[in-house]
Amino acid sequence: MSQGYDIVVCGSLVPDPLQTLEPVKSDKGPALKNEMMLPAVLDPWAAHSLYEAAHLAGRHEGSRVFLVSLGPKAKLQQLMMAVAQKVSFRLVVVDGSASGFTDSSETANALADAIEGISDLQKERLLLFGGNASASRDASTTMQMLGERLGIKNMFLGVDFLEVNENGFTVKERAAGGQYLVSKFKQLPAVLAWATGSLPEPPNNPQLGMQNMRMIMPALQQARSAAVDAEGLTFTDVAIPSQLRDTRIVKDAPVDEIAKELADWIRG
Amino acid sequence: MNKLLYIAHTEADGTISDNSLEALAAAVKIKQDLKLSLSVGVIGSGAVEAANSISNCGADDFYTVSGAAFTVSRYATDAAAVEAMVKKTEPDIVLGFGTVRFMRSVPGAAFRCGGRIDTHISGISTEDELLVKRWYYRQRMEATLKREQRPWFLLLDKGVFEPFQGEKAEENADGLDIEVSDDMQDTAVSGLEMPEGGSQTIKPDAELLFVAGAGWTKKQADGQPDLKEAENIILQTLERSKASLGSSKSLVDLNAEGEQVLKFMSHLNQVGQTGATPRHDKGLATCCHGEEPHVVGWRFIKERRAVNTDANCGWAQGKTDVLYIADAFAVMRKLNELLAT
Repeated sequence: MSQGYDIVVCGSLVPDPLQTLEPVKSDKGPALKNEMMLPAVLDPWAAHSLYEAAHLAGRHEGSRVFLVSLGPKAKLQQLMMAVAQKVSFRLVVVDGSASGFTDSSETANALADAIEGISDLQKERLLLFGGNASASRDASTTMQMLGERLGIKNMFLGVDFLEVNENGFTVKERAAGGQYLVSKFKQLPAVLAWATGSLPEPPNNPQLGMQNMRMIMPALQQARSAAVDAEGLTFTDVAIPSQLRDTRIVKDAPVDEIAKELADWIRG
Repeated sequence: MNKLLYIAHTEADGTISDNSLEALAAAVKIKQDLKLSLSVGVIGSGAVEAANSISNCGADDFYTVSGAAFTVSRYATDAAAVEAMVKKTEPDIVLGFGTVRFMRSVPGAAFRCGGRIDTHISGISTEDELLVKRWYYRQRMEATLKREQRPWFLLLDKGVFEPFQGEKAEENADGLDIEVSDDMQDTAVSGLEMPEGGSQTIKPDAELLFVAGAGWTKKQADGQPDLKEAENIILQTLERSKASLGSSKSLVDLNAEGEQVLKFMSHLNQVGQTGATPRHDKGLATCCHGEEPHVVGWRFIKERRAVNTDANCGWAQGKTDVLYIADAFAVMRKLNELLAT
């Protein structure tokens, strides 16, 4: 396993988690109020997979990292100003909707077309990375459909660890009850949909950002459009739930009293 | 629309889990309300006995896929098993519980079968037609939706239905033979492993979720953080209350950045944006601030209480039922004493 890898990371933008989101009706179904104006971040789980990809590529000479992003081109350009400072990658842009209300099969097909369009990609050394789920649709379905489109049989979901050695690959996926399911595989290509992984977010590196942006701007200009929608899917209602509770604030109470109240509540 | 396929896999002990029996209860309701035929498909070791154990569900036929290759949780073989069941029964709706195993494999099977899939289903309506509910943007908004495409695959979340009470009525399961190629078995499953640290701190079936925030690592009255004491208190609380442990993102990020604050805490414990949205009857948050633990991570917690030192914490107010303004170290120490008696 000493040859390098082609690591393709699928990841796009989502509204900054600190933003308040409000659904509105549009011609094409539900959307977010002021969607194009909302500050965006790289989808958190996909971001973890990008950092893992860069880390892996750094340890295996000859490896390349591609970031395939489906989203509105103008917003992706803004986002890349920040992402480009984190790690080194080649960007492939698909200009289309990044809305959570699109269908994952349409997203998977658009991503598959883009990946198949990477001219010198070598499938026998392909590791296809992405997030465990998006922070928009949050369905955990796109990566498996994408893998199917590309004919991949080794697929893993909720990955936190990938180890490469001379015998192949060892993967740890999140399983029920806070455990890991440990698996090994030998053949590429493979799909790994990452959870948080085990790496911290890299610090910003402005010099790296400038290097990356030289390649990112042409990639944005060459972006192909994709009509990603939700054909056959009808939303009859989208609403923010009522979440306000009548909070009783207990202040200046003795610790013993609070502890007793909590103990009684826990014992129920 | 006239055919429904319920799918389940067996657990390590050969039974169908309570969560999957919740999905069977949903399938039975849809069958009855929309007057559909119901087929049942069970995958895994002991599938025949498991199918027999729910043979009182009113299904017209039962299918099983078993054998060594289907004992383990693996994408290629699980997707092939689901695909075979769908091709055999030609359903309009395929319904199961969103276990880790099915969340990994069923989306691929849906794609192979030319269908569409929706996961994390949090509600079902069968008044005139099938409508389902699911959350978008990490539990910030809930949508009700329907689809034209068939087969429509649905994976349910926990807590939507009470588990179906299965009983053995008859033995009529048909086994399906699936050719397993070498490349389908390239993934070799080694087994389950506890994360580093070793403590079993995540318990999905616990009544109480105990959420620890970054405040546990902050300086105390003597001007120093007391991490060892924080660890002792939290572990004691977990032991005595039988709670599952959750964490805010900021606390587990400290661990990931190399600051070993709480040995047993990892990203697996995280609730919120890039963490879990667990379902428990009660939730107690301590030393937490911010939207993630209180809104996203607590979406499906029924009764909520919080202990922190900020009476004006905008995220706790309106999100928790009771907010105690107090030193969590002192409160939890005393609480542990009381829980020991």
